[in-house]
Amino acid sequence: MYPADCKYTKDHEWIRITGEIGRVGVTDYAQQQLGDVVYLELPQVGRSLRMGESFGTVESVKAVSELYSPVSGEVVAVNSELAEHPEQVNSEPHTSWMIELRLADQAEPDALMTSEQYANHVK
Amino acid sequence: MSHATTGSFESRHIGPSAGDRDEMLAIVGAPSLEALMDEAIPRAIRLREPLDLPEPETEYQFLNRLRALAQRNLPFRSLIGLGYSGCVTPPVILRNVLEDPSWYTSYTPYQAEIAQGRLEALLVFQTLVEDLTGMPVANASLLDEPTAAAEAMTMLRRVHGGTRSVFLASSSCAPQTLDVLRGRAEPLGIQLDVVAPDAMAFDDRVFGVLLQTPDARGLLCDVRAVIGRAHSAGALAAVATDLLALVLATPPGEMGADVVVGSAQRFGVPMGYGGPHAAFFATRAEFVRQVPGRIIGVSIDAHGNRAYRMALQTREQHIRRDKATSNICTAQALLATMAAMYAVYHGPDGLVDIASRVHAQARQLDITLAALGVTQVNGSYFDTLRLDVPAGSREAIRQRALEHRYNFYYPPERPNEIQIAVDETVAAGDLEAIQAIFAAALGRPASPLPACGEGRGEEWPAALRRATTFLQHPVFHAHRSETAMMRYLQGLERKDIGLDVSMIPLGSCTMKLNSASVMEAVSWPEFGGLHPFAPVEQAGGYAEVIAGLESALAEITGFPAVSLQPNSGAQGEFTGLMVIRAYHLDRGEPQRNVVLIPASAHGTNPASAVMAGMKVVVVACDEDGDIDVADLEARAAQHQDFLAALMITYPSTHGVFEDAVRDICAIVHGHGGQVYMDGANMNAQVGLTSPAAIGADVCHLNLHKTFAIPHGGGGPGVGPIAVAAHLAPYLPGHVHVGVGREKAIPAVAGAPWGSASILLISYGYICLLGAEGLMASTRYAILNANYVKARLQGHYPVLYANPNGRVAHELIFDMRGFKAHGIDEQDIAKRLMDYGFHAPTVSFPVAGTLMVEPTESEPKAELDRFCEALIAIKGEIQEVVDGRADAKDNLLKNAPHTMSAAAADAWPHPYSRERAVFPLPFVREHKFWPSVGRIDNPYGDRHLVCACPPLDAYASG
Repeated sequence: MYPADCKYTKDHEWIRITGEIGRVGVTDYAQQQLGDVVYLELPQVGRSLRMGESFGTVESVKAVSELYSPVSGEVVAVNSELAEHPEQVNSEPHTSWMIELRLADQAEPDALMTSEQYANHVK
Repeated sequence: MSHATTGSFESRHIGPSAGDRDEMLAIVGAPSLEALMDEAIPRAIRLREPLDLPEPETEYQFLNRLRALAQRNLPFRSLIGLGYSGCVTPPVILRNVLEDPSWYTSYTPYQAEIAQGRLEALLVFQTLVEDLTGMPVANASLLDEPTAAAEAMTMLRRVHGGTRSVFLASSSCAPQTLDVLRGRAEPLGIQLDVVAPDAMAFDDRVFGVLLQTPDARGLLCDVRAVIGRAHSAGALAAVATDLLALVLATPPGEMGADVVVGSAQRFGVPMGYGGPHAAFFATRAEFVRQVPGRIIGVSIDAHGNRAYRMALQTREQHIRRDKATSNICTAQALLATMAAMYAVYHGPDGLVDIASRVHAQARQLDITLAALGVTQVNGSYFDTLRLDVPAGSREAIRQRALEHRYNFYYPPERPNEIQIAVDETVAAGDLEAIQAIFAAALGRPASPLPACGEGRGEEWPAALRRATTFLQHPVFHAHRSETAMMRYLQGLERKDIGLDVSMIPLGSCTMKLNSASVMEAVSWPEFGGLHPFAPVEQAGGYAEVIAGLESALAEITGFPAVSLQPNSGAQGEFTGLMVIRAYHLDRGEPQRNVVLIPASAHGTNPASAVMAGMKVVVVACDEDGDIDVADLEARAAQHQDFLAALMITYPSTHGVFEDAVRDICAIVHGHGGQVYMDGANMNAQVGLTSPAAIGADVCHLNLHKTFAIPHGGGGPGVGPIAVAAHLAPYLPGHVHVGVGREKAIPAVAGAPWGSASILLISYGYICLLGAEGLMASTRYAILNANYVKARLQGHYPVLYANPNGRVAHELIFDMRGFKAHGIDEQDIAKRLMDYGFHAPTVSFPVAGTLMVEPTESEPKAELDRFCEALIAIKGEIQEVVDGRADAKDNLLKNAPHTMSAAAADAWPHPYSRERAVFPLPFVREHKFWPSVGRIDNPYGDRHLVCACPPLDAYASG
């Protein structure tokens, strides 16, 4: 259910890392809790984030939630297509990436949860 | 008992008869009303003495006395201006909106499918504001112009996003606006600098500026240059303005403004000695998610038809709490509707006629007075003359004006000046009278009035003259005869459920009777026609009403001092917290800035605390929903050097009188904090206990809940605060009128007594019920809630009750158990519409629940219909649970069912049309048809439209 090629935070973000680049989104569990997503507020490219720092918000009709960066790094891309079609967060949560980070510290992801650990976390 | 006495208001106000009461008590399982109170309310906080209030009057006696009081308000012609102008309320609007219970008794349109009428009216209001201000986005109204300006200031800081903290305000903004800004800026660490526009310096500390045109002196300003300087320095600009002037003058939106605010009062809403009126707030499209207050948007329903709803609710305090765009809940829906309908009735050409007449008369007066040697100082003006009078003559003119029953504005800081603001009600006779006043005072001969020009602003510089069209939408052209207008208004209201249709069992909202007798005087001209800054000696009737209401509220709360200024409950919260803050500051404890707020609190509490510059610390609740006393004690101790206050709702938002409340207050006091009681649930207290008795120091009251002011479809509200003696010195003051003491905090609203004209309603409510009737109302409110509990607890779990199994005046039904079968609380809320009922409060204070507050006004027969509807719905749910009904295509999921769906040739559902629309026999007798099907909320938020859709959209809808 939760892809094994991602790492997860307790705040329900996933990060899929390829080399020094990681793409970040929210989990299926998060989108279910939120309901129909209607808006994403995402950062500017170039912003640098610390692990756990808020990088934006995700809004549904009934709730709004902060997005937290799973790792430290610089924002190198923002998924503007997703921002125009926020409903994709509901339909394809684990491929709907929001931002792309250049990781500042390759060791940081070790502190995140595996898919198995995350599945237990939300049980 | 007096309840049964013929002529007593109590017997009209309270729904159940004595016979009903006994039957209900039997079902509830209590031997008497008093025994039920003993089981519901802790003994320690019960009042020992009855309230000391005047004997109740009958409705007939009250109205006679009020007519006599009205005569003590002197009907002077007030040409004071400063944001309040005389106007003509078209009688078709007076009778079919302001005096019509369908409009004034309805609630905020959260249940959009049964609120399409007022949602359309509010969308028309937004369109009116957008067109006239030249901005793409407007909200559905704010409380008043000064608070709209304050919201503009805080929004500009939010969208600016940087670290800048200086806000510039033009020294020619209205004095009451500057006063409110001061009070709002300081706790947020905003440095407010009041400067003349030409002298404004934009450095890298300035995030925004507030300008005004026409300004408070009447000068029509070209604000482009200052806005340009602000923008080049990276700052943003808000402009306060007057909608009627914008009919002729270039709108601020075309001059580069980022936000435009003002009051729509003169669009047909009486001045009412200060309110209520609708303020407006318009801005750029990119800031829409930062807008305070409600925004109406367009979406589609389940059948793909156009439907209206409140959009982007995630901005608001009930969801975002301490991160909300504002603490605002209440808007001024009824007054925004009146202003919108004034524009619909007059159309763009009618508005041009009115504005031109006003301007032409101002010019006529200017020329006339110039001939008497009085210099008019403003370069370009719309309606307000700034007159330089010969030295020493002002007092003589004032005296003469008073003799002839005219009020002008005499700016205290400019002793040789008088301002006269012409309005829609001014006639040639007024101009002659004013000329005679000046002529006599100055000892010069009067002459015939000069000819009247076009009044289109032809003498203004081209840059100030409006070049763009407005109100081109068909709605502003189709209802120009009274017949058409009456039908439009009646057609809209038939789409809505108000108290004229059925009970509105909204928990925490107290939708009780708004009796005809207490509503009547609101539209009397003796109360409606007074300017808020008129000399107080002209308002003897108001003075008695205000004093009587203040003293009654003091008696009811147990606190000695009251401020009637706040215009809503949320504004009352902010005021109360600012008073507490001033108290700590005055005692040399400025570090006290932590507010403890229970997790179960209404979202306005944390939002108000943030506005008052405080830090929110959340206190846990236990599994019974009560405040976790151990956690409270730990938090209070942890923050004891910084503890400012606890905010507590009582009875709790869970609808229970908590036993520990006095201990809770004592803990907070023991750590140096004050206790703020949120009065949302005051309807369970009046006469039985009080905020002072539970140990609080300050509380607000929602006069629009407990004290019978109608909700108006989403405002007006009135949120006075009452305080203990040690806090009384800090109650808010006012720049124009002497309210408040030496240590008063700045005003929180534009008018000294807030929405004065509707104070009449609460005053009447208290005079008619008296001490015994008020206490009886509380008892019946508690009886009705416990009766609903007794009838429904076998069908739906009741979330919280006290150890005796009793609830206060409201109760929460837990609907989460049905989720596994695909049915949620929204489905039940929407299905109730098919039975003719407005839903209870949905998912507050606990997600997945419905909270019911029946109030004392609902008769047993109506409570029984409501209970039967919910019991029948439980049966429908059971069919889904048992697999006898389809999991997706069922009575609940497809609710509400419209007439056009039921009458269509095709009926694709597995259940009958009859079960869909006439599920119980009583529904057939009194069918209410929802005008649209289930509204698609995500669609509306993803495709945001917040103006009236174009004509082709109407045609296809």
